[in-house]
Order: sequence, then structure tokens, then C-alpha cells
Amino acid sequence: MDVPGLFSDLFFDYTLRTIALGSAILGIVSGALGSYAVLRKQSLLGDAMSHAALPGIALAFLLTGSKMPLVLIVGAAAAGWVATLFIMSIVNTTRVKYDTALGMVLSVFFGFGLVLLTIIQKRPDATQAGLDKFLFGQAAALLERDVVTMGILGASAILITMLLWKEFKLLSFDPDFASTLGFPVRILDIILTTLIVIAIVLGLQTVGVVLMSAMIVAPAASARQWTDNLGIMIILSAFFGALAGISGALLSASVPRLPTGPTIVVSVSVIVIVSMLLAPRRGILWRWWRERRQRGRLRLEGILEDLYSLALEHNDPGHAHSLSVLRLMSAGKGGVEKSLEILSERGLVRAVRPGEWALTTAGLEEAEKTMSERSGMSDER
Amino acid sequence: MNSEAAITVEDLTVAYGEKPVLWDVDLTVPSGVLMAIIGPNGAGKTTLIKAVLDLVNTAAGQVLIYGESYQKQRRLVGYVPQRGSVDWDFPTNVKDVVMMGRYGALGWLKRPGRQERDMALAALEKVGMSRYAERQISQLSGGQQQRVFLARALVQDALVYLMDEPFQGVDATTERAIVSLLQELRAQGRTVVVVHHDLQTVPEYFDWTALLNVRLIASGPVQEVFTEENLRLTYGGRVSFLRHGEPNGAPEAEKRTGERGI
Amino acid sequence: MSGEQIEIQVIASIVAAACALPGVFLVLRRMAMMSDAISHAILLGIVLAFFLVGDISSPLLILGAALSGVLTVSLVELVNKTGLVREDASIGLVFPLLFSIGVILISRYAYNIHIDIDAVLLGELAFAPFDRLFIYGRDLGPASIYVMGVILLLNLAFILIFYKELKVATFDAGLAAALGFTPGLIHYGLMGLVSVTAVGAFNAVGSILVVALMIAPPAAAYLLTDRLPRMIILSVLIGVLSAVSGFWAAILLDANIAGSMASVSGLVFLVVFLLAPERGLAAIARRRRRQKREFAGRVLVIHLLNHEGTPEEARESEVGHIEETLRWKEGFAKSVVGYSVKRGMVLTENGRLRLTEKGREFAGRSVVEEFIA
Repeated sequence: MDVPGLFSDLFFDYTLRTIALGSAILGIVSGALGSYAVLRKQSLLGDAMSHAALPGIALAFLLTGSKMPLVLIVGAAAAGWVATLFIMSIVNTTRVKYDTALGMVLSVFFGFGLVLLTIIQKRPDATQAGLDKFLFGQAAALLERDVVTMGILGASAILITMLLWKEFKLLSFDPDFASTLGFPVRILDIILTTLIVIAIVLGLQTVGVVLMSAMIVAPAASARQWTDNLGIMIILSAFFGALAGISGALLSASVPRLPTGPTIVVSVSVIVIVSMLLAPRRGILWRWWRERRQRGRLRLEGILEDLYSLALEHNDPGHAHSLSVLRLMSAGKGGVEKSLEILSERGLVRAVRPGEWALTTAGLEEAEKTMSERSGMSDER
Repeated sequence: MNSEAAITVEDLTVAYGEKPVLWDVDLTVPSGVLMAIIGPNGAGKTTLIKAVLDLVNTAAGQVLIYGESYQKQRRLVGYVPQRGSVDWDFPTNVKDVVMMGRYGALGWLKRPGRQERDMALAALEKVGMSRYAERQISQLSGGQQQRVFLARALVQDALVYLMDEPFQGVDATTERAIVSLLQELRAQGRTVVVVHHDLQTVPEYFDWTALLNVRLIASGPVQEVFTEENLRLTYGGRVSFLRHGEPNGAPEAEKRTGERGI
Repeated sequence: MSGEQIEIQVIASIVAAACALPGVFLVLRRMAMMSDAISHAILLGIVLAFFLVGDISSPLLILGAALSGVLTVSLVELVNKTGLVREDASIGLVFPLLFSIGVILISRYAYNIHIDIDAVLLGELAFAPFDRLFIYGRDLGPASIYVMGVILLLNLAFILIFYKELKVATFDAGLAAALGFTPGLIHYGLMGLVSVTAVGAFNAVGSILVVALMIAPPAAAYLLTDRLPRMIILSVLIGVLSAVSGFWAAILLDANIAGSMASVSGLVFLVVFLLAPERGLAAIARRRRRQKREFAGRVLVIHLLNHEGTPEEARESEVGHIEETLRWKEGFAKSVVGYSVKRGMVLTENGRLRLTEKGREFAGRSVVEEFIA
């Protein structure tokens, strides 16, 4: 692929610029609002809302005959809302559980959407071409007016989350407490859910209804691994969303027969995998590496302490002890010789005779230090 | 203001769906007491607190804080929920959680600033957690989490505190620290109501108590109502049925504290 | 009705029945969303197996898809185990990726073969009768009838053979382990079945509508009965009903058959949700209304009992005071008092309410019933 060429196109080619801008907006908005969905354990609600948008889009077209992005977006958002209401009322009034309600509403709404799509396609007056791009998205079909609509809606959504920053934070962390402080939790919940619906709807043209939910979950799940700060998490999530959106959309626009939605999902999944493996402190590889190091350190400290307690028994810090005693004391954990070598390289122990080891003066101090540190730590807990 | 009762619960009945959790509870909490609500699991202790905080729908009756509804008086009330009621993996730090106690006073849209931060740090100092102000909340032990919630309630600067099991899963050191904090709050003239589990420590920690098992069994000063008879009525289940049919036979002590047996 | 139409209805019915059987256990085990994940992820299995075998009708494709279904379940569990994200998020992370890879592979490398993207979502029930099974040159009918028939029998056999184990593992996983059934084995068996069923149904109804046929009929049945065998039978019946009427609705509207089947199954649930005899919305509302007064009657007698013999008794039992102290609307309080008088629980005396002996006993019993022993 011609990377420099792609970059120059990005600035001068109208189509590419539109696509990149549209995908960036989609990524930013879904990344930012997805953070709340993930933190409030509503990851899969996004799946239901986006599938449910399909009949909304089709109905909006059937009723108005218009393909104006705003009309379709309103239809999609309304349907997403109706789906959410259905799920809530089924869960609240019957014994049908959340996951069942979710799965059912998702698939039934989608099925109904397909029925409407086939009806539209068979209408003689149908200038319908393009409604089915909502299935998997088609970045190349983005027009400037779409991007303008997306930009205005997205900016308003982000603005509202910024204004209601502390309210949304409290709502997500401790809704009961928020209510005791006098915040109208129900209304806040409705506002936040509406914003999430908007985020989903913005992505439908680019990513499609089938895969849009991934754009809600994945950037946020990635960002969570890198930070413990809500603000940073949301910014990072928006960044990851934009990154995946732009790279996926550009890739699909420049490679033939590469559907946009799936390509964006693959790019965002790469970000998820990298984050889950490498993120400092939480990442799997990071944790593994740290545990390994810690195990090694603990083993060395253990041997120092064993030598120290033996020395105490003999009242002689320089007293040498045989390897077999040390092996016995470390209870078959192995690696005793290797650890002794490392320790002697650091000048903490010395071999008095082959197979007989003793603490050096530095080793004695080190042992005393680690032992007092450890008892100090247990005090704190 | 202090001459009035801090909390008045009148004929409160709460039901979840078709199952009653509280039956016609009448309870008066005088201003300035440190009160334990005790009773077996499922007796409605948490529900009682939530009803006072207007967090659950009531089927009958009402709750007054210093003679007015909760919605009017909510600035006077501080709340410490159960530790397990929130997700401690939420991406935020200790100081931030404590500052949430000021959100109500801040009102809409305004962001917490320097004043709120200083209050949070002072509250953390009080609960012995100032070293942890910047610590991510998932890294706290149970006792530390509890202290954070207490600090959050402290910055609410309330007259009436409602605490749901603040001693749940905390170590002995933390428990002592929390108790002396609660006693300090009472010494300042505040009213503290605590859902409590450990019967042994009731006389030591508290001066007022309410025994609850779906209905109120007794309430009053600890030395008067924390009796074996009342405990048996509270925890002994069907024992109370024996006294059905002698509605006027309530013993003197219970009558005096405003309580009635069945 | 043409022969083709009959064949389509037979296929649709078999698909619906085959989906409903494992669906019952998905619904009961709160794993409904797993069917969504599996039905998407098997696409990747189908595509990869097709690249290996090079034949779209090979039974190996079913095997590959089933394996990928089970792989999805284990991947979700693996992501879960890292503790880095919650369970709902791990489902939401795993299947979109697998599905996306599948879609990309199809549109890049297999765009001109049988599995096109529309078919992935829509299914091709209308074309099913054209793919016929011939043995020694004799036309034995559409191939899908046999494929789905075998899958239906497989599901039926699994449920019949492991009925007891499934039941115990579904309602009490701990007990199942203690009794020596391995819930893990049942779990993966069930997931394998879901995968195989999804593959079979995939051709006919597409990946998303498989979910509707697996979840909606059992969900409706769940509101109609408490007994597992009845729920299984009802689910199958509702599934078949949705399939057949969905077909006719599609003919009428000239619309996609699979989508129409899914819509009807949702409609059936909606009707059940509103009208089910005990658990429907209408029944609940009726019961609530009745119980509200009954419940209020109990509150009233307990209130009177609580205040009997106390200094406040006179005031607390005043007829006009009741609605104030209990925070009831005046009209409601009147109807509750009237109701209680009629039932002989209370008497009115000089504008005061008094418990009758019957009322006193009823109140005492009510209180004790709710006591936690």
C-alpha cells in the first residue's frame, strides 16, 4: 500500500477526507460514551440497540420517502429507544431474565427490519439503493452532509457529557448515593442512555447495525486497561475509537471488496488485544513478567533469611552452612544453587568452602532490612 | 432544632412486590443519639434506612427528618451505604470518591474545586486515610474502603447520619477507629443511626437501639430495651405469637419507651 | 399451495423445532446471549472449513462451524478469566471479531460462491427446495430436510438421554457436581448442540434470526408454564407456529421469509407477555390492583393492633386520621376501611375504628407470617 500517497490523499482527496472525518467522529463519540456503557455493565445493550435501529431506519424511509441522514438517524434512535424500553419492561415485570430479553429483542427487531428492507426493495418507486449499506456500513458512501450531521450530533453529545460530568460519574459509580443527594437518577439515566443511542446511530452508516456494538464496547474496554482515571479513560477510549475508525474506514475505502464495518471491528480488536496483553499493571504479559520477577526476588530473599536465621542460631554471622541444609529449608522449591550464585555476584553471600555458604556483612544488613520491611508492611494492612 | 426528634418514622409499611419487608413501623430517633438498628437477616434493617432516605417506595406511612420530608431536609442527611453496593473497580481514586459527598451541596453542573478538595483531604485525615488520597479505589482493603465511605459522609457535614453496616468485614483496628469517630460525631450533637450485626458490642458502642424484625420490636435507650426478652422476641421468630390476644398486656418498660408487644 | 411452498414450510418447521430445543436451556441457564455469539462466530468456522475442503456442501463444514462455536464459548470464558473485563463485555469483544474476520474472508476471497453476505444475514429459505437430495438418481426431496432432520433428532436425543443431568445442571450446578454429573461436560455438550443447530439453521434463516428462533419461543413458553417438560413442548409448538405463520406473512407481504418468521416469533412473545394467564402484564396488573386493597387492609388492621392500648390509640384510630398517618389518598383510605368493615375485621364506633376479634387475630397472624424465624 502506498502510505505517503494515502496521507496526501487524506488532505486533498475529498472522498477520503470525508471518510476519515466521519469515521473519526464516530470513533470519538462511541468511544467516549461507550465508556459509560461498559462501566455501567451495559455492554450488550449496545448490541440490542444497534440491531434494533434497522427497522427504525427502514420505517423512517417508508414513512417519509426521504434518505436524509437526519431522518434516518431519528428513526434509528427512536427504534433503539423502543427496544431498550421493551427490554426494561420485560425484565421488570416478568421473570424473563435480562440476557433473554436482550437476545430476543435484538433478533426480533432485526428480523422485522429485514422484512421491511425486502418490502422497500420490491417497491416500484424504490430509489432505495443504499439502505442495505446500513447492514455492514459503507464508509465510501459517506457524503459531506452526513459528516456535518454526525459532527453536530456528536459534538452536542460530547458537550452534554462534559456539562454533566460529575453527575454521570456519580450515577455510574453509586446511583443510590446520587439519589440521596437529590439528583434525579431516573432522568440522568434516560439522558445518558439517549446519548449512547446517539453514539450508536452515528456509526450505523459507517460500521453498520450488525457490528456497531463492538465500537461501544471495544475502545472503552481497551482504555480501561491503561488508566485508573475516568477522565483519561474516556479521552483514551475516544482516541482508540477514532484510531480504529479512521484506519478501518480508509483501509476499506482503498482496498476493493473490504467491507467497512468488519474492517473497523478488526482494527479495534487489535487495539483490545494489545491493551489486554501489554497495558502496564493490568496487562496479561505485564502481570506475568512482574510475577516472575517477584518470584525470583522472593526466592533470593528467602535464602538470605534462611542464612540469617541459621547465623542467629549459631551466634556467628560468618558461620558457613551446607547447601543441603539450605535446600531443606527452602522446602524443595529448587533453584537454590542458582540463587546463591546470583547472591554471591551481588556480594551478599560467599562460598566459604565448596558447597558451604555464609552471609557477608552486606548480606547481613540486606537480610535485616528486608525482614523489617516485610513486618512493617504487614502492620499497615 | 435539637429539641425535635431527628427522625420520625410513622406507620411505615414497605413491600417488595407482594412481600412486606416492614410492617407498620413507628420509630422516633431523638436528636443526638448513637443508635444501632439490630435484627436478624432479612428483618428489613437496610430497607428501613433506605426508606428514610427515600430510596424505596412505601406502601403506607411516612418518614420525617426534623419534622419535614426527606426531600426538603436532604442536606441535613449523610449516608454510608453498604460497602458491597458499588463496583470498586471503577476508575477513580480515593480523593475523588470522598469529594462526591459534596456534589449535593454543589448542585447542578458546578465542578468540585479547591474547597471541595480541601474538605476531602481533611475528612481523609480524620479517618486516617490521608496517605491514600491518590490511591486507586480497587487497591483498598475492605477496612480502607469503609473508611473512604465514612470520609465521603463526613464531607457531607450532615446532622443525621445513616450507615448501613459500617463494620462489615473490617479489621479490629478499623472497627475501633470507626467507633471513636461515631462517638465524636455524637459528641458534636449529630445523630448517627447504624445498621449493626454484632450484638455483643451494642451496649459498648451505642446509647440507643431499635430491635427490628419486619415490625419494630422495641426501641429506646440501650440499657432499657436491650433486654434478653426483647432479643428473644426479635431473633426467636415465632415466640412472639404466644402473646397474641393480650394486646393490652405489654410490660411497663416497653410502654414507657413507646413500644407495644403483640 | 404448491409443492415448493409445502417443502419450505416443512423445512422452516424443522428448523424452528430444532432451535427451540437447546434454546429452552439457554434461556433457563441465562446464557441467551451466548447463542448470539455462537451464531455469529460459526461463520468463521464455515468459511475456514470451506477453504480447507473446497466444497460448500461438505458435512465437514458443519463440523468446522460447530468447533468454532465451542471455540467462541471457550474464548469468552478465557477473556473472562483474565478479570480485565466483565462477562458481558467479553462476549461483546469476542464474537464481533470472529464474525468480522469471517465476513472479510467471504467478501475478499469467496465473493462469487454460494455464501454471499446477504445470505449470512438473511438466509435463503426460499431457495432451499432447489437443493435436492438424490440417491441413485431418485429425488428424495430437499437436502435441508435431511440435514435439519438429523440435527433435530440429535437435539431430541441429547435432551432425552441427558434429561436428568440437564435439569439438575440447569437448576443447581453445585448439586450436579456433587452428584457426580460434570456440569462442565453438560455445558459444553449444550454449547456444541447450539453450534451444530446454528450451522444447520444458518443456511435457512441466517445468523441473527437463528437467535430469534432459539430465544423467543422458549421465552414465551417460560411465561406460560412452570414445568420443564411442558416448557420444552410449548417452545417447540410456538416455534413451529411462528415458522408456518411467518412463512405465510412473508408470502402475503412479498418479504423475506426468515425475517418474517423472526417477527412472528416476537409477536407471539408479545401476545404472551401481555396476556399470559398468570405472568402476563394484564394478569399482573389485575392481581396488583386486587392485592393492593387486600394488602392495605392488612396494613390497616396491623396499624390498629399496634396502637391498641397505647396513649395515642384514640388519635391513631380516628377515621379521618387514617389516611393522614398512613399517607393514603382519601378515597383509597375510605375504600380500604369499607373493605375491612365488610370483611368483619374492623368496626366503626363514634368515628373511631376498632378491631373485631377476627381482625385482631388476622393482624396477629399476618405479622407472624412475615417474621423471620
